[in-house]
Amino acid sequence: MNRGPQMLAEHADVFKTKVGAAFPGSHTIFLGQDLLRDLKDMDWLALCTMGIMGRPVPPEHLKWFSQAWVRTSYPDARLWNNRVAALAGTTRSTPNLAISAAQAVSEAAIFGRGNEFRALDFFLKTRQILDRGTSLADHLEGFLGDGGRMPGYGRPIASKDERIPLGLEMAKELGVGDGPHVALAFEIDRYFASTNRPLQLNMGGLGAAFAADFGWTPQEFNLFMFITFLGGMYPCYVEATSKPPAAVFPMRCSDVRYDGVARRNWAPTTGQ
Amino acid sequence: MSSPLHTSIWQEEPEPDNPFATRAAYCHGFDVYGQMLGQARWVDMLFLLLRGEAPTPIQARALETLAVALANPGPRDPMVHAAMCGGIGGTPAAASLMAALAVGAGQSGGARDVFLAMGKWAACELGASHTWASTLVHHATPQWLTVTDTGWPAIEHAAGFDPNGVSTPTVVRQTLEMLASQEVGPRTLWLAEHRTALEQAAGVPLAMTGIAAAALTDLGFSPAQGEMLYLLLRLPGAAAHAMEQGHIGFKNFPYPPVELENDPYRGKETQP
Repeated sequence: MNRGPQMLAEHADVFKTKVGAAFPGSHTIFLGQDLLRDLKDMDWLALCTMGIMGRPVPPEHLKWFSQAWVRTSYPDARLWNNRVAALAGTTRSTPNLAISAAQAVSEAAIFGRGNEFRALDFFLKTRQILDRGTSLADHLEGFLGDGGRMPGYGRPIASKDERIPLGLEMAKELGVGDGPHVALAFEIDRYFASTNRPLQLNMGGLGAAFAADFGWTPQEFNLFMFITFLGGMYPCYVEATSKPPAAVFPMRCSDVRYDGVARRNWAPTTGQ
Repeated sequence: MSSPLHTSIWQEEPEPDNPFATRAAYCHGFDVYGQMLGQARWVDMLFLLLRGEAPTPIQARALETLAVALANPGPRDPMVHAAMCGGIGGTPAAASLMAALAVGAGQSGGARDVFLAMGKWAACELGASHTWASTLVHHATPQWLTVTDTGWPAIEHAAGFDPNGVSTPTVVRQTLEMLASQEVGPRTLWLAEHRTALEQAAGVPLAMTGIAAAALTDLGFSPAQGEMLYLLLRLPGAAAHAMEQGHIGFKNFPYPPVELENDPYRGKETQP
């Protein structure tokens, strides 16, 4: 890769891009097309996705995910990411700060963006390994035996994911549910059931399997899934602002269980 | 609340007339407002919060040295640049700092770089010091993403080094030399002694992240703690520059010319 001060100098002073540019008062180019002329009637989600993938995405792919997002819009302020939005509401922070922070927190390791990213990476690599002749059982046992934590399976609060049947039903209607990675996802699910492991396919895992069949990379999928929980966050913030300040999840001193060291005296050991 | 909040860091006693108001607070057993206030320094509190113990005078001095070195990466740094993009548009203060945190989190010169470099120092613990150089310059993206790898782009260079550097910048050398002279631990001393050979092995010079990683490890922080501290300690400069640009105004803020490489109107007489 070209690196060093010469490379940096080539990129200084002028911004080179293939993505596009805005010429306020005149026009805007979006991936080589005039936004107000060529793309003005485009569906917003389709435009966003084209911005991620650099290419148009079939509408049935977008439809499957937008339906899935309806089913992931939980207006429950106890959920950790939604709780951030609600806490911002109760401290009377701004809507944008609230939702931005809640979205950032959705890039979690055990749910949300982190789970989906790893699940897609896992499905893509696993498919390749199986295609080279390794059995699924050997592969999964090897992965778990090496300390791997299975993405896309299990849930932090419940074991079963009630959204899976609806997702499959929608896939059938749209004619997108018969790809090799979706099949693999359920093959893995059955293997875990047969070995009595509490790891059932979750909605993030199913989405990742669809993304793999749609040909998306983990980065593309990660960007695309940004809005997954958004629908449930808004009402959490709105309701929090309608309650008295600090009235969302207040804690008494006695609600905190301290299990640290005993009280001790501070001796100024520094600054000498 | 279904479960009390558990912590070994903080204990509060309520006021007799209000269970939600604090009469006294103890940090790892020390009376914060009754004893530490007026005696403890900011770095004492930082160290205590993360390590659970008060720093020794040497540790406090080294952490303070590092905090001064990291306080302002300067307005050319992407993290500070991001904060200024908030300040220039008049966004809320938190938005500027959130922008700084998101950009300053990255693998190239950001807190993730420190996290990865500290992971290398942890790996060095397993071998004699003559193996440290090869451990520190090695870099690779793991086959299977762990929960802490998720979402991050592929690793492009050895953590703690500047892939665009030619020689060690003077400010980086000055920071290393000062920290090494304070004898906070073996890594900064080793780094000062073997810098040239290490940089030859890496093919690129050390970056400030590499110095911070060594010092933070010497101070006994884990990679996760070091990542947090690196984010935190660089915020003051971001804040100052964001506010300054708000006063200077957008007409004096760089807005470089664009070279649109796929402009559909290039060379055509008719533009919209």
